[in-house]
Amino acid sequence: MEWMVWTVPTAIFFAVIAAMLLGMTAWELVSPTVERRGFLPIATTRGDRLFIGLLSAAYIHLVTVGFTELSIWFALGISLLWLLVLMRWG
Amino acid sequence: MNKVQNNRAWLLILPMLLLVAFSAIIPLMTVVNYSVQDVFDAHTRFFTGTEWFEAILNDRSLQAALLRQFAFSFTILAIEVPLGIGIALLMPKRGWQASTVLILITLPLLIPWNVVGSIWQLFTRGDIGLMGVGIRELGYAYNITRNPTDAWATIILMDVWHWTPLIALLCYSGLRAIPDAYYQAARIDRASRWAVFRYIQLPKLTNVLVIGVLLRFMHSFMIYAEPFVLTGGGPGSSTTFLSQTLTTMAIGQRDLGPSAAFSLIYFLVILLVCWVFYTAIMNSQKDATPQGEA
Repeated sequence: MEWMVWTVPTAIFFAVIAAMLLGMTAWELVSPTVERRGFLPIATTRGDRLFIGLLSAAYIHLVTVGFTELSIWFALGISLLWLLVLMRWG
Repeated sequence: MNKVQNNRAWLLILPMLLLVAFSAIIPLMTVVNYSVQDVFDAHTRFFTGTEWFEAILNDRSLQAALLRQFAFSFTILAIEVPLGIGIALLMPKRGWQASTVLILITLPLLIPWNVVGSIWQLFTRGDIGLMGVGIRELGYAYNITRNPTDAWATIILMDVWHWTPLIALLCYSGLRAIPDAYYQAARIDRASRWAVFRYIQLPKLTNVLVIGVLLRFMHSFMIYAEPFVLTGGGPGSSTTFLSQTLTTMAIGQRDLGPSAAFSLIYFLVILLVCWVFYTAIMNSQKDATPQGEA
């Protein structure tokens, strides 16, 4: 594992992603998802919305880091909020 | 009506998942780790946080390379997809003509990237190349090492020559899969040639076109060997695409941190565009045939 040059932040990042995938699997087993239409222009399942949320979170972080002076924690907050809105009403 | 889903079949893909973990996921995680550090060797490394990302996103030459890349990918898609469909429609349907045309059309696909670059390099030379000399004889001072427009046009022509056959082949197989009954019904309705294309052939081609467009987009977005051999990224940096910039940075200068950050941004762009393509095409299909074969 030495060659993978792990750091604490990236380890936490991947642990959270893995936990999300496991959580989504468990959720799916308990109550299977139904494809539905929210404020997004396309019908989505729960997994689709998580994917859209994570992908847009990546872009929110890139824009914040690259083109503003704001802290990365601000981007994280916005992303989490956006993910919640998307999962609930998307 | 209620479909019963048995999700245990997913367990069958576990071996594949393990394989992908070794070949893709673990290396990608390593790239993420590299992108937030300055790594000198196994024992000397410094955490840099988001510094590399900030530098890469604000790098003017990289922004220009990204724009060039998009311009290139969308240009070749806009040419290759309609052209490929057109060729597929014109190809003979059966008999020895069909086999002959298939083989002739497939030939460019069999040539390795570097060789394609070399072929076109010789072909376009102003002193001995057939195309280079030919265009000069017509009175235009064609020169891909001096004139960026010439270089661009040649690279696009080269890509169209190399990869339109892929789209044509995919569409050809898609067209062959349409049952004759559709055409008979169209004849009974006295549908025009255009109506047959618009309402029978094109909808039936959607699936192969999704594959074709995604493959061509990903391929062209990662294009490396052909322009590298043909123009070396020049004149100036007018045909330097993303992968060449990345290679120079990672291998040439050994800037592993910035190139890791660059790779991740590159990956995110490809991921977004492919997702948008896929969703758009799949949804247009859903809207077009609401009462499918459910």
